[in-house]
Amino acid sequence: MKDQKERLRRTMMFVPGNNPAMVKDAGIFGADSIMFDLEDAVSITEKDAARYLVYEALRTIDYGDSELVVRINGLDTPYYKNDIKAMVKAGVDVIRLPKVESADMMKKLEKLVAEAEKEFGIEVGTTNLMAAIESAKGVINAYEIATSSDRMIGIALSAEDYTTDMKTHRYSDGQELLYARNVILHAARAAGIAAFDTVFTNMDDEEGFYRETELIHQLGFDGKSLVNPRQIEMVNKVYEPTKKEILNAQGVIAAIEEAKRRGSGVISMNGQMVDRPVVLRAERVMRLAAAANLVDEEGNYIEK
Amino acid sequence: MEIKKTAIAGTLESSDVQIMLSAGSNGFEFDLESDVAKQFGDQIKETITKVLKMYDVKNAKIKVVDKGALDLVIKARAIAAVQRALDIVDAPKWEVLK
Repeated sequence: MKDQKERLRRTMMFVPGNNPAMVKDAGIFGADSIMFDLEDAVSITEKDAARYLVYEALRTIDYGDSELVVRINGLDTPYYKNDIKAMVKAGVDVIRLPKVESADMMKKLEKLVAEAEKEFGIEVGTTNLMAAIESAKGVINAYEIATSSDRMIGIALSAEDYTTDMKTHRYSDGQELLYARNVILHAARAAGIAAFDTVFTNMDDEEGFYRETELIHQLGFDGKSLVNPRQIEMVNKVYEPTKKEILNAQGVIAAIEEAKRRGSGVISMNGQMVDRPVVLRAERVMRLAAAANLVDEEGNYIEK
Repeated sequence: MEIKKTAIAGTLESSDVQIMLSAGSNGFEFDLESDVAKQFGDQIKETITKVLKMYDVKNAKIKVVDKGALDLVIKARAIAAVQRALDIVDAPKWEVLK
């Protein structure tokens, strides 16, 4: 598994698990993560069919560099055990559990995943996990959920259920989500995993989508769950570093190289000491710049 | 194994295939409807036949309405249909999944 912690996860695109046309084309939009949905997007009578469709797709289709995630059915349904077995056997990167409210729920999932890995001769620990937090209780327990397993790669806010649980609904300014967003973000950062913001479903409100994406980018979220491939480019645009940020990051990275060459542990740039947070930020800027095709292979800025 | 009940899987949407299995007594009896039956008819039947054989089904009537499904979709729908027809949806044969 490549460096999970520093992997870019700007966009996690939902794909209905029982829709062959969407499942087969899911790789062409350049989402950082593709999330095949076996839960809400699949009717109760088609749970088994969706499971095999996603299984065969994962085994057959080359989705490039996208991280492959499957949202399984909740632990309160009759479907999740077979979902887990099928997805572990298919070799999915990440299993996403919906409606998580406690670390115990993730531990129960982890146990079943480990059993499935053993059953199918897969190295135990291969399958990663993430949790969707969709209730007040889930938000309150966000940190114990985030740290419930070494397999955890992220936690996500799911706002539709959450706002209902909070006896409100979604507003355009997002005030109703401020607490949940900050709690989830802090839990994820403290646990060293990714934080994903909720979906934005009104495709006609482009301005609102940008406003929300800019807010979660400013807060520090890794990225956002998406319902429409058109939103991928929009999120990536918000996460694109500016020329100034890239040139500064290049300076920092050059200073690191220079320090290494001199065998010095102290990195300085323009006469000022460069400390670790600055280095980490520069590295992230360069990863974002590379993902946005703003730099060449050697890290040189490409003028548009 | 004997087909216990008539079962259907898949939809009539583009890129999908709908497969209906029912009990038969004369090997595999196909009724295939597809715009690409001429080019891919044999391949579609072969994919479904392979799946049926993995479940030890020897006799079945198989109605197929193909809407331009990829091979992996045909296979997935055949698996879903046969498990429903054999009434083993809740305890599937995992060894069949390759």
